[in-house]
Amino acid sequence: MNINELTIKQAYDGLKKGDFSSVELTKACLARIKKRNKDINAFITVTEDLALEEAQIADEMIANKKQKMLTGIPFSVKDAIDVADVRSTASAKILDNYVPSFDATVISNIRKQGAVLVGKTNCDAFGHGASNENSMYGPVRNPYDLDRVAGGSSGGSAASVADHMCIFSIGEDTGGSIRQPASLCGIAGLRPSYGRNSRYGIMPMASSLDTVGPMAKTVEDIAILEEVMAGRDEKDATTVDNEVPEYSKQLTANSKQKLKIGIPKEYFDLEGMDEETKTIVENKINEIAKLPNCQIVEVSLPYTKYAIPVYYIVVPSEDSSNLGRIDGVRYGVQAQADNLYDVYARSRAQGLPEEVKRRIMIGTYALSAGYYDAYYRKAQKVRTLIRQDFERVFEEVDLLITPTSPFPAFKIGEKKDDVLAMYLADVFVAPASVAGLPAVSVPVGNTKSGLPVGLQIIGKRLDEEHVLQLGHTIERL
Amino acid sequence: MKLTSQEIEHIAKLARLELTEKEKTMYAEQLSVVLDYIEVLNEVDTEGVEETCQVTGLEDVVREDVVEDCSKEARGKIISQFPSAHGNLLKVKAVFDNTDSTDL
Repeated sequence: MNINELTIKQAYDGLKKGDFSSVELTKACLARIKKRNKDINAFITVTEDLALEEAQIADEMIANKKQKMLTGIPFSVKDAIDVADVRSTASAKILDNYVPSFDATVISNIRKQGAVLVGKTNCDAFGHGASNENSMYGPVRNPYDLDRVAGGSSGGSAASVADHMCIFSIGEDTGGSIRQPASLCGIAGLRPSYGRNSRYGIMPMASSLDTVGPMAKTVEDIAILEEVMAGRDEKDATTVDNEVPEYSKQLTANSKQKLKIGIPKEYFDLEGMDEETKTIVENKINEIAKLPNCQIVEVSLPYTKYAIPVYYIVVPSEDSSNLGRIDGVRYGVQAQADNLYDVYARSRAQGLPEEVKRRIMIGTYALSAGYYDAYYRKAQKVRTLIRQDFERVFEEVDLLITPTSPFPAFKIGEKKDDVLAMYLADVFVAPASVAGLPAVSVPVGNTKSGLPVGLQIIGKRLDEEHVLQLGHTIERL
Repeated sequence: MKLTSQEIEHIAKLARLELTEKEKTMYAEQLSVVLDYIEVLNEVDTEGVEETCQVTGLEDVVREDVVEDCSKEARGKIISQFPSAHGNLLKVKAVFDNTDSTDL
């Protein structure tokens, strides 16, 4: 086994024992990037010099017995998250030359531990998409089959971890952008509860839904990362000050605790769902049912089918407002024009991809005079009913299990021209997003053709602890 | 519901997006498809249901309004990002201009 294939936990132990140095580990990741990135296209920017510099500092920390969990561990960051002095494009040409002057709070938390940044990852531009085909830097290819998508929008992050180009990555999840690509690439990914992790320095998409979370090879690693990322931040007024549990220590702490797990039937009788995916997830549920502390019951979430239509009103609406700032005036690429209006309109026309413009158009329409009540307000009301669906079943059960995606990785180009088919890729991940709940995707097997399948665990608000506990139980089955 | 090309042009103007004729046709079609799909929400009875504007339950989060120092270095980095500058000032095209096409 090559050292770049290790988990955070294993790499930490190896660094501690002196089996290898951070410089060696970082070089192993950089070598893998050099070998594979031309095919996979997971990275937009590789920070080789910075990484080697940081690795050397990490090795000194380790030598001085100042090693923390993430010291010396190479990681990547989605390009829609600000990292100081490193180009951050959000995969849109309008930010092709944008270099932030500060770290997002979650990145700062991770870097304070001495983690080593190897690069910024490709994504659907500004997080708009489920296939990574909406990047102006080309699609990310799935490491398991280069003709297929890596999922999205955090596709580069998922592929970079799955292909061992780094040990973990930080992504964003508005509708499913961490969980869906994690599922399609066979890794673990957590969408935290809305308000759990600070979004300061995350390029905003839909502010009432956006979250930032960890992507890694195991749920154990996810727990280690979430512990570092979570917590109140004065710079993000939507963060809650609830205590952050020691997620990694809690993973096995209450292993005898009885868990009642709900299986929402609406997630299994979807038309067009891939049969093999369904079977793999159901087989795993049968295994979980045999555990002495787990009880499985069927539940119903009748408003599930409305989550996608709600999502595709709320998100474009908030998007169209948030992306108003992306106009080529204060930063980014400015188009040549004779007057101010044309500077805005042309910079945006040239620097934003089709899907971003489509969402801005939908959102602008939905929020324009005379339509607000019919669209945005109506969607926010249905959103309440979706939330209440979850609240009701969570009076009866502790956790929910569903498939993460209705199908494994699809072919590049397969859904690109069918807007609605692409939106349906998020059908199982959007409901928890709309309700602000935590959810993790855990790899549970592969199809006969070798494509990964993920299972989603949804928990009560701010109950990342049990979500991660069950995820860890499943990965050890 | 089919959007007219006039409606598309109006939305694009509000959104500050310069569109080609081809894009106008494409978005007219695609927006109609999406808006039709969203119509499904009308079958849900939301009489008396409150809107979900946020899920944290937090209210009136305030902090002291304190001025923090910005280092010369940080300031320089921000200024270096200006697409067009005049010394340390951000340079923009005239905001008030009679020939401006922003009149809506």
